[in-house]
This record gives sequence, C-alpha cells and structure tokens, in this order.
Amino acid sequence: MRYDSLLDSVGRTPLVGLPRLSPSPEVRLWAKLEDRNPTGSIKDRPALWMVNKAEKDGVLTPGCTILEPTSGNTGISLAMAAKLKGYRIICVMPENTSEERRQLLRMWGAEIIPSPAAGGSNEAVRVAKGLAAENPDWVMLYQYGNEANALAHYESTGPELLEDLPTITHFVAGLGTTGTLMGTGRFLREHVPGVKIVAAEPRYGDLVYGLRNIDEGFVPELYDASVLTTRFSVTSGDALRRTRQLLEQEGIFAGISTGASLHAALGMAAKAVKASERADIAFPVADGGWKYLSTGAYHGTLDEAESALEGQLWA
Amino acid sequence: MAIEVRIPTILRNLTDGAKSVEGKGGTLDELFGDLDARHPGLRGRLVDEKGLRRFVNVYLNDEDVRFLGGLDTQVSDGDTVTVLPAVAGG
Repeated sequence: MRYDSLLDSVGRTPLVGLPRLSPSPEVRLWAKLEDRNPTGSIKDRPALWMVNKAEKDGVLTPGCTILEPTSGNTGISLAMAAKLKGYRIICVMPENTSEERRQLLRMWGAEIIPSPAAGGSNEAVRVAKGLAAENPDWVMLYQYGNEANALAHYESTGPELLEDLPTITHFVAGLGTTGTLMGTGRFLREHVPGVKIVAAEPRYGDLVYGLRNIDEGFVPELYDASVLTTRFSVTSGDALRRTRQLLEQEGIFAGISTGASLHAALGMAAKAVKASERADIAFPVADGGWKYLSTGAYHGTLDEAESALEGQLWA
Repeated sequence: MAIEVRIPTILRNLTDGAKSVEGKGGTLDELFGDLDARHPGLRGRLVDEKGLRRFVNVYLNDEDVRFLGGLDTQVSDGDTVTVLPAVAGG
C-alpha cells in the first residue's frame, strides 16, 4: 500500500482471527491490530481527526500551541501530528505512567507537565483545564469532550470492522475517553441489528481512586451509556493474565489494556457458548506491549507483575 | 455466607478503615440499606433521590449495575459488590 505521507496512512488496520482463543468455530474472537498505526496505537485516529477538525474550524492556525491532558497514547499521537504540521505541543500527564510514554512524547517533540499520581487522569484533566484558562491562546483539543474523537471511530474504525467482518455480533473495547466505544458503537448499531457493544474499564489500585471527595469524580462528556450493552471493570490481574495469554496462544504482543478487552471478550464468548448462539466478537489491540516493558508486565510471575503495576496507569 | 462489598479509600472513614464489609439483601438497594444500619451515612454517599450518584460506579461481580438493574439489581450470597468513584482514562 502506498500513501502520500505518514498521516495519510492512519487506519485500515488488519483484523486477525484468534483460532486458539476462540471457544468454537461458531463463537470466534477477532483482534483489530491498531498497534499498526503510525505511532503504534489506536489514538492516531482520534488525534488526526481532532487536529483536522480544529484546522478546518480555524481554531488551530500556524504557530499555535496545542495543550492536552493525556495518560500517554493520545499525547504521543498528537505530538506526531503536531511535529508534521508545525505546532508546539504541551501534554499534561499523570506521574504514574510508564517511562516509555514520557520518552516517546519527548521524542516527538512534546513538552510534558506532570500531574500528581493520586487521582490519575482526573488530576491531569484538572491541571490542563487550569492551564487552558491561564493561557487562552493555547488550543486544548480535549479528547474527553471532543466529538471528533468519537467521529474518528464512527468514520473509520466502525466501517473497517463491518467491511472485514459483516457477521460481527459483539464489539468490545477499553473505556477511557469513551471515544472508541461511542463512535464504533454508534456506527455498528446503525448497521448491525442486535450488535452488542461492551466496555472493558480498567480497575486500578487504591491510589488512582484517591480523590478528596466523591464529587470530584469524572465522567467524560462524550460518554453516552445508551450506546453500550454492558460494562465490565477489569482488574490489573485479569488484564495482565489475558495479555500474557494473547502472547502465549496467538503470538500477539499487546499492551495491557488489550488484555482487559480480551478478558471481557472471553466473558461474552462464554455467554454465547452457554446460550448456544453464534458470535463474532471483535476488539482492538489498542497498542503493542513495547511501552510497558519497564512495568514488568511480561516477566516473572503474574503476582510479581501485578504488584509491580500497583498504582500505575496502564490504559 | 454474605455479600462482600468493597469500599473505596474515600469512603473508608465510614467503615472504620475496612477495605471490604459484608451485608445482606435481595437487591442492591436492600444491601445498601443493610450496610447503612452498621455504617451510618454510607448509603447517602452512594445514592441520592434519583438513584446511584453520578460519580459513583457500582459493580456486581465486575459488571456495572447500571446495565443490570440499577438499585433493583438482584444480589445473592457469595456475590462481590465493588464500589468505585468514576475516574478518567485516556
């Protein structure tokens, strides 16, 4: 395949079957390899859509500074786009994210403002909103509330899945900004009667939920519960176990959030088997495992990996 | 047997620091009522007049109860209920 530039090559990722993890020929699992995107994650899609939309709307003009709260992947994607398009970019990122993410961000030219570990991404959002108010000339694309985030998946991820897997019955994905699930989910619901849209939400250690009071919680503006069929909370232990299983049985070296999606996908597969229903269950491999090597996720026992990951943001 | 309820850090001041407590009831609403008798104020932090509070997520055996039956979700002995504040990802 030939493209005019790196940015033009975002999307059109392969969908691969998982014959060893699928419980039967009637209940099949499929992985969409989003790690094949230019910066190695699914976030290249929303980043490109958000930047293009902001340029089209005249919000983002030459010489502008982009500001974004991010636990990593969206920032890395935006930094790549910003480098190619000539913008300065500042990312507000929680301290408890992997070292690789920080190195990659700097590599693509982003400046990083750390936010406190306690409270996780909530704090990054809060700090970024404060900075945006103090610097009105900075452009915050704000992935949590930017419709172009969900639209990227409505216009690309969803149609690609349907084209490659017209018999799709379930779409499972991680829940962060909610953009992947909202956009892909809406598209599939319009085209596949009865399709099930399932969220796999990461469950972290206590530190990440260390808010001062419960009213400081955060629900992304993009979130619309009516798009989802159901939502699972997946522990770090389950996510790690499935990440290793995906590598062991299917040879796919994925990041930890993919393990969480696989966990929920296998749960839905078991339900379909029990009900004697056929199923084609697809989920994205949101990124590869490279950025998480330093977290210890892939070596030692599962217990060791789980305790090494305690307090870290892995999605 | 009873129902195990995991409590987030932020609400442990109401459970004498306990990470998890046990309760009983046929529905989530009854379970919260039962807990409130021993941990006064707990129910009010989870529920308001409209149902579950906006920034409170409750999971029955890892599934979000908002997609099951909300406060009317059936619960039984041996289940695990997890309460967590809503946090951002991405």
